[in-house]
Amino acid sequence: MSANLSASFYLLSGILFILALRGLSSPETSRRGNYFGIAGMIIAILVTFLSVGGFSLSLVYVLIFLLIGGTIGAFIAFRIPMTAMPELVAGFHSLVGLAAVFVAISAFLKPEAFNLGITGEIKIASLIEMSLGASIGAITFTGSIIAFLKLRGIMSGAPIIFAKQHYINLMLGIAIIVLVFYLCKNQSDSLFWTIIGLSFLIGVLLIIPIGGADMPVVISMLNSYSGWAAAGIGFTLENIALIITGALVGSSGAILSYIMCKGMNRSFFNVILGGWGATDQNSKKLSKEQKPVKSGNADDAAFLMKNASSVIIVPGYGMAVAQAQHALREMVDTLKKNNIKVTYAIHPVAGRMPGHMNVLLAEANVPYDEVFELEEINSDFANADVAFVIGANDVTNPVAKTDPQSPIYGMPVLDVEKSKSVLFVKRSLSPGYAGIDNDLFYRENTLMLFADAKKMVEEITKALD
Amino acid sequence: MEIDPFIFRLSIFILSIFVGYYVVWSVTPSLHTPLMSVTNAISSVIIVGAIIAALAGSTEKIFETSNIFGFLAIILAAVNIFGGFLVTQRMLQMYKKKKKK
Repeated sequence: MSANLSASFYLLSGILFILALRGLSSPETSRRGNYFGIAGMIIAILVTFLSVGGFSLSLVYVLIFLLIGGTIGAFIAFRIPMTAMPELVAGFHSLVGLAAVFVAISAFLKPEAFNLGITGEIKIASLIEMSLGASIGAITFTGSIIAFLKLRGIMSGAPIIFAKQHYINLMLGIAIIVLVFYLCKNQSDSLFWTIIGLSFLIGVLLIIPIGGADMPVVISMLNSYSGWAAAGIGFTLENIALIITGALVGSSGAILSYIMCKGMNRSFFNVILGGWGATDQNSKKLSKEQKPVKSGNADDAAFLMKNASSVIIVPGYGMAVAQAQHALREMVDTLKKNNIKVTYAIHPVAGRMPGHMNVLLAEANVPYDEVFELEEINSDFANADVAFVIGANDVTNPVAKTDPQSPIYGMPVLDVEKSKSVLFVKRSLSPGYAGIDNDLFYRENTLMLFADAKKMVEEITKALD
Repeated sequence: MEIDPFIFRLSIFILSIFVGYYVVWSVTPSLHTPLMSVTNAISSVIIVGAIIAALAGSTEKIFETSNIFGFLAIILAAVNIFGGFLVTQRMLQMYKKKKKK
C-alpha cells in the first residue's frame, strides 16, 4: 500500500474518532458513536498491517499478542463493577502512557524502521518529538499508577507533602529539557534512558501531594496527558491518525479538568500543587463545639417522604461506596407508586470522576431524563418537599455561599437547604473530604439518618410499604 | 521555497485541538465517564506504532530488543482497545429513557 493511500486511511480513522466523540452529545447517538470509534480503530490497524508488508512469522506473533491483550481487556471490561470505573480508567491511562514509552524506545533503538534516520544519527526534530512523547508517556504511566492505588484504597488518599516538593518537580522538569538538548547533540543512549527515568519520577511526585477529593481533576488531567503523549508519538511516526487522536484526547481531558476545577471553584494550579485540607485548621477547631443535631430513623424518613409531593435525591460518592444505587432505585419506585415526583440532582464533582454518579444511576436503571445537573435543578429545591442527600456532603454545604473564610467558599453547591426538609444519610457527623464541617447538619429542617446508605435506604423502602 | 511537511502535521494537530475543543464541549455531562473511557480507547491507536516497531528489522531475528518493546506495547494497547471500547459499550447500554406509559 502506498504511503499516500495509507495516510488517507489514517485520516479516515481520525475522522471516525471525531464522530465517536460527537456521538456522546446525547445518549441516543452515543452507541452509534462508539461503533464509529471501533471502525476507526479497525481501519487504522488493518492499514498498518497492509503498509508494513507481506506475511511473515513476526506477523503471527503480532496477532497472538494482540489477542492476548484483547482477551485480558475484554475480560476486565465485562467483569469490572461500575463503582470501580475511576480506578479502571486510571489503570487504562497508565497502559497508554507505558505503550507510548515503549514505542518511543523502539523508535530510538531502530530509527530505520520508522524512516527517522539511522541509529546515532536520528533527525533532530524526531529526537525531540520522541523524547517528548516518551517523557509525557512516562509521567502519565507512573502518575496513573499512583492515582489507581489511591482510588483503589491500596494507598491512602491523604496528600503526601514534603518540603520543597514543587521546587524539586520544577528542577526535574528543567533537567529533562536540558537532557533533551544534549540528547540532540550526542544521541547517547544513557541520556535517553535518564530522561525516561526522571519522567517516571515526576509522575509519582506530581500525584502524591493531591488528596482523594481532587481525584476527578487528576483523572481528567492524566486523560489529557495520555493524549499529548500519543500526539508526541504521532509526530515521531508522522502518523495522522495518532496526531488527530492525540489532539482530541488531549483537549478532551483538559476541558474535563477545567469543568472539575470550576465545580470546586479552584484553579488548576491550586489542585496540582495539592495539599487541600492543610489550611482549614480553624474550621476544624470550631466544629468541636457540641451543636444540637436532630437525628431520626427509617420510619421518620418514610413518614416525611410519604407526605411529600416532590423529592429530590442528591447522590454522592458515599452512595458508590455503599453500593446503594439499586436499593435507592427501589425506594424511588415505591415513592413513585405513591404519586410522588422524584428527580435526581448531580453536582459536577460528585463521585471520583466526571459523570461517575450518572453511570451508577444508569446502571440501577434510573432513566437519564430524571437525572439533572446542578444548573438545571438548583432552582427546584425551593419548591421541593424533601431533599434526600445520600453519600454527598461538601457539595451541599451552605458555608460555600456564606462564609468567605471557608476553604470551599465560592464553590457552586446544591441549594439543598431551601427545600422544606432535608434527609441526610450519613454514617457519622464526620466532615467530608475537604475536612469542613457541614452547616446543614445543624439546621432546623435537617433530619440526620445515621446508618450505612444501603441499609438505611432498604429500611425506608420497607417502612414505606 | 518548499514547506516542511512538519508544518502540515502541526496544522492538522492544532486544527484537531480546536475540533476536540468544540466537540467535547457538546458532550452532555451525564456521559462524561463514557467520554473518558472512549478517549482512552481511541488513544490506544498508538498500537499503530507498536505494530511497526514489532515488525521492524530482518525476518530472521524476530525478537530483537526494539521488537520486544513493540510486542509489549501491542499487548498494553490491545488491553486498552478491547477494554476501553467494550466497557464504554457496556455503560452506554445502560442509559435508558423513561418508559412511556
